[in-house]
Amino acid sequence: METKKLRRSMLFIPGSNAGMLKNSYIYRPDAVMFDLEDSVSVREKDTARLMVFHTLKSIDYRGIERVVRINPIEGPDGMDDIEAVVRAHVDVIRLPKTETVEDVLAVEKVIARVEKEAGIPVGKTKILAAIEGPLGVVNAFEIAKCSTRLMGIALGAEDYVTNMHTSRSIQGSELFQARSQIIIAARATGLYAFDTVFSDVNDTDGFLTEVNIIKQLGFDGKSLINPRQIELLHEAFKPSEKEIERAKKILIAIKEAEAKGSGVVSLDGRMVDKPVVERAMRTIALAKASGIRIEEAQ
Amino acid sequence: MKNLNTNGIGRTIPSQIEGIGNLELYTSSYAHTKLMTKSDALKPRPSKTKVVKDLEEAIKLSGLKDGMTVSFHHHFRGGDFVVNMVMEVIAKMGFKNLTLAPSSLQDCHKPLIDHVKSGVIKRIFTSGLRGPLADAISRGLMNVPVVIHSHGGRAQLIESGEIKIDVAFLGVSASDVYGNANGRFGKSACGSLGYAMIDAKHAANVVLLTDNIVEYPNACASITQEQVDYIVEVPSVGDPKKIGAGATRLTKNPQDLLISRLTADVIEHSGAFFDGFSMQTGSGGASLSVTKFLRDKMLAKNIKASFALGGVTGMMVELHEEGLIKKLIDVQSFDAEAAISMQRNPNHLEVSASYYANSLAKGCAVNQLDLVILSALEIDTNFNVNVITGSDGVIRGASGGHSDTAAGAGLSIVVAPLVRGGRLPSVMDRVSTVITPGDTIDVLVTDHGIAVNPRRTDLKEKLKNVPDLPLYTIEELKNMAYKITGTPDPLEFNERIIGLVKYRDGSIIDVIRQIKE
Repeated sequence: METKKLRRSMLFIPGSNAGMLKNSYIYRPDAVMFDLEDSVSVREKDTARLMVFHTLKSIDYRGIERVVRINPIEGPDGMDDIEAVVRAHVDVIRLPKTETVEDVLAVEKVIARVEKEAGIPVGKTKILAAIEGPLGVVNAFEIAKCSTRLMGIALGAEDYVTNMHTSRSIQGSELFQARSQIIIAARATGLYAFDTVFSDVNDTDGFLTEVNIIKQLGFDGKSLINPRQIELLHEAFKPSEKEIERAKKILIAIKEAEAKGSGVVSLDGRMVDKPVVERAMRTIALAKASGIRIEEAQ
Repeated sequence: MKNLNTNGIGRTIPSQIEGIGNLELYTSSYAHTKLMTKSDALKPRPSKTKVVKDLEEAIKLSGLKDGMTVSFHHHFRGGDFVVNMVMEVIAKMGFKNLTLAPSSLQDCHKPLIDHVKSGVIKRIFTSGLRGPLADAISRGLMNVPVVIHSHGGRAQLIESGEIKIDVAFLGVSASDVYGNANGRFGKSACGSLGYAMIDAKHAANVVLLTDNIVEYPNACASITQEQVDYIVEVPSVGDPKKIGAGATRLTKNPQDLLISRLTADVIEHSGAFFDGFSMQTGSGGASLSVTKFLRDKMLAKNIKASFALGGVTGMMVELHEEGLIKKLIDVQSFDAEAAISMQRNPNHLEVSASYYANSLAKGCAVNQLDLVILSALEIDTNFNVNVITGSDGVIRGASGGHSDTAAGAGLSIVVAPLVRGGRLPSVMDRVSTVITPGDTIDVLVTDHGIAVNPRRTDLKEKLKNVPDLPLYTIEELKNMAYKITGTPDPLEFNERIIGLVKYRDGSIIDVIRQIKE
C-alpha cells in the first residue's frame, strides 16, 4: 500500500516571531515553514536568521518537516540564509519567486557547497520551489524536473495576481490556470504540489471553499498562516466514511478477482480497473494517515 | 381555676394550664413587633421601610462591635465598590480587630491593606486573593494567617458556625424598601447572588447596599425581607463595566483552542458524554471554548445536557436557549449575558453556595456532575493542583469551586498550557500549594499532550482507542516541560505561615509560608 508522506498543511511562521518558533509543533501540522523572506522586515533579517538557526538546532519539532523560506539569493540575505539553515540541518529550503530553471540550479549549487563544508551528505537538503509569477507558471514543468533535490512546487498567489493585474477571489478563477499548470507539472514529475495561503483567518467558509477547490484539482496541501486553519484543512482532506467504505469494498473485490485470476471486476454495476484500485488505495492510505482506524481487509 | 388573669383585651385566662405550662398573655397589638409599632401602622406606606440614612447609621444599628465578623460577597467581581466603601466607614468609626469573611477578594481591594495595618482588620477568610493585597499578605502583612476556603467549604464553615457572621454587608443591584433583593435587575446587575444567599441566611445582622430601590414587592428575590435588617441606598454598588466584564469572550488564541479541542475529544470518548449528561466549565479562555467544541459534538450526535452548573457564562446561556442544555444551575454568573439571562429564562436557576457545593450538607449539586473542566496554575506528577500561589510563591488566585467540583464530578479534567509565558512549567514534581488533591483529578489536558491519572485505568483504555490523541504519562509531560524550561529551583520560604488552606470539608490540606526575599 502507498506510504507516501502526508504533506497537507504547511504552517507559515514568521522567522522573527520567537513566540511561535518556540512551540508551533504543538499544532501538529504536517510541515512548518519558518519564513525569512517577506514577513521579516529588513531591519530584522539577521535576528530572524539567527532565531531560525537556533530553532532548527535546538527545538524538537517531533518529526514535523521543517521548511525555511529564504530570501532571493541575488539579494543581500539569501546566501547567508542558506549558509545558516543548511548547517542547522533544515529539511527543505523553500525558494521564493522561482521563475526559471537557473534560479533552482543556482541555489542548489550553494546548498551543495555548504553541505560539503558542513559534513552533511550532499543532496540531503531538499528544495521546494515557489512559483509566484507568470514566467514561473509558464516554466513550471521545466522547473519541476530540473533537480533531484526538488520535493515539490508551490503556488505563491499574492505576487502572481499582482503581476497578472488582478486580485484574489474566493472562487479563484484568476488562479485556475496557474494552479492547473502547477499541479500538472508536479504530477508529471512526481513532485508534491502546494497551494497558496488564504489570508483571512476569520473567514472559515471562504477558506474551506478554497480548500475544496484545490483538493479537487489534486493538490497535496496548502500553506497556512494560522494554526486555527490546520484542523479545518485536515478535516477537509480526510476521506469521508462513504469514500472509505467504497474503497474498502473495491480492495476486497479486486483481491477476490485476483484470486480467481481475473484483472477486472465489477462492483455494484461499475467497472473496477487499475486506476480505480489505485484511487481506492490512496483513499485508505489518506484515511489511515488522517488518524482513522481501518481494519485490514481480509 | 387558679391564677386567673385578665389579658390586654379584657379576657380572663389562666396563667398556666397543666400539660402545657405557662401561658404568655396578649397585652397589645404591637407589643412584640419591633418592626411595626402602632404609630408606624398608621403611616402611609412609603414610610414603612428599612432604608436608613446612611452606612454609618446602618453600622450603628447593626450593633457591630470590636472583634466581630463582617462578611461580603464577590458577585460584583473586579467591579466591586461595597467592600472598600463599608470598610472605610467602619475604619472611620474606630472599630478594631474585626474578622473579614468575604466569599472572595479581588484586585480592587487594595485599600484593605491599610485597614490591616491600622488594626481594623485582624483576620481574613476568603476563597481568593489577588493583586496588591495578595502581595502584601504573601509578604507577611497579617499577624494571623489568612484562611483560604473553597466556595462549598465557605458554606460549610458558616453553617457549622466556624465562621460566625455578625454583620453581613451585601451589595445588590435591586431591592425594595423591605429587603427583597436580587442581582437580576438594575445597572449593576450581576446575576446570581448564590454566595450572598448563605450570608443572608446565617448572619446575625444583614445590611443591604443598593443603587436601585424598586417598587415593593421585588419579585424573584434571592435575598428576602425576613432576612434583612437594614438597607442603605448608595450611588453605586460597583462599576457595571467590570461587573459584567467579558472575561468570557470566545478566544482566538490558537493555543487555547488547541487545548479546548483536545479536551472536547477527551470528553467525547470518556464515557461521560451521553444524552442527559451534566457539566461545569470555567470562564478561562480554554475552558470556555470547550463549550463551543462540545456544542458541535452535541449537535452531531444529537446529545443534550440535562444541566450545566457553575459559573454560568453567556456561552452556556446560548446553548440553553438553543435547547442543548436543559437547565442552568447558577451560583455565580460570569458575564453580562449570564447576569441578565435569569430575567427571561425560567430554567436558569439561582442556587446558594451550599446547594452548589457544601460537602457536609445532605446533598450538593457538584455530586451530580458528570464532568468538570478546571484550570491550574500548577499540577504535579501526583495530579495535585495549585490554583492559589504563583511560581514565585505569591498568592494570586482563588480556591473557588476547584476542589468541590473535582471531588464531586465523575470526570475531572484539568486544562493548562504545559509551559506558561515561555518559561514556567505547569507540570512539575511538587506543586507549591495543594488546593485540590490529585486523587480527585482524572485527566490533564495540555497543549503538548494528555495524561490520564493512572487510577483511571478505565478512562485510559477508552482514550487509547481514539486515533490521534497525544497520550503521555504525567511524568512524560513533566519531562517535556522541564526540557523546555529547565528544572525549576525549589521556592524558598520562611518558616512563618501566612495562609492556611482548608479543604472543602474544613480540614487543613496545606499551609502557605512567607516567601524568602
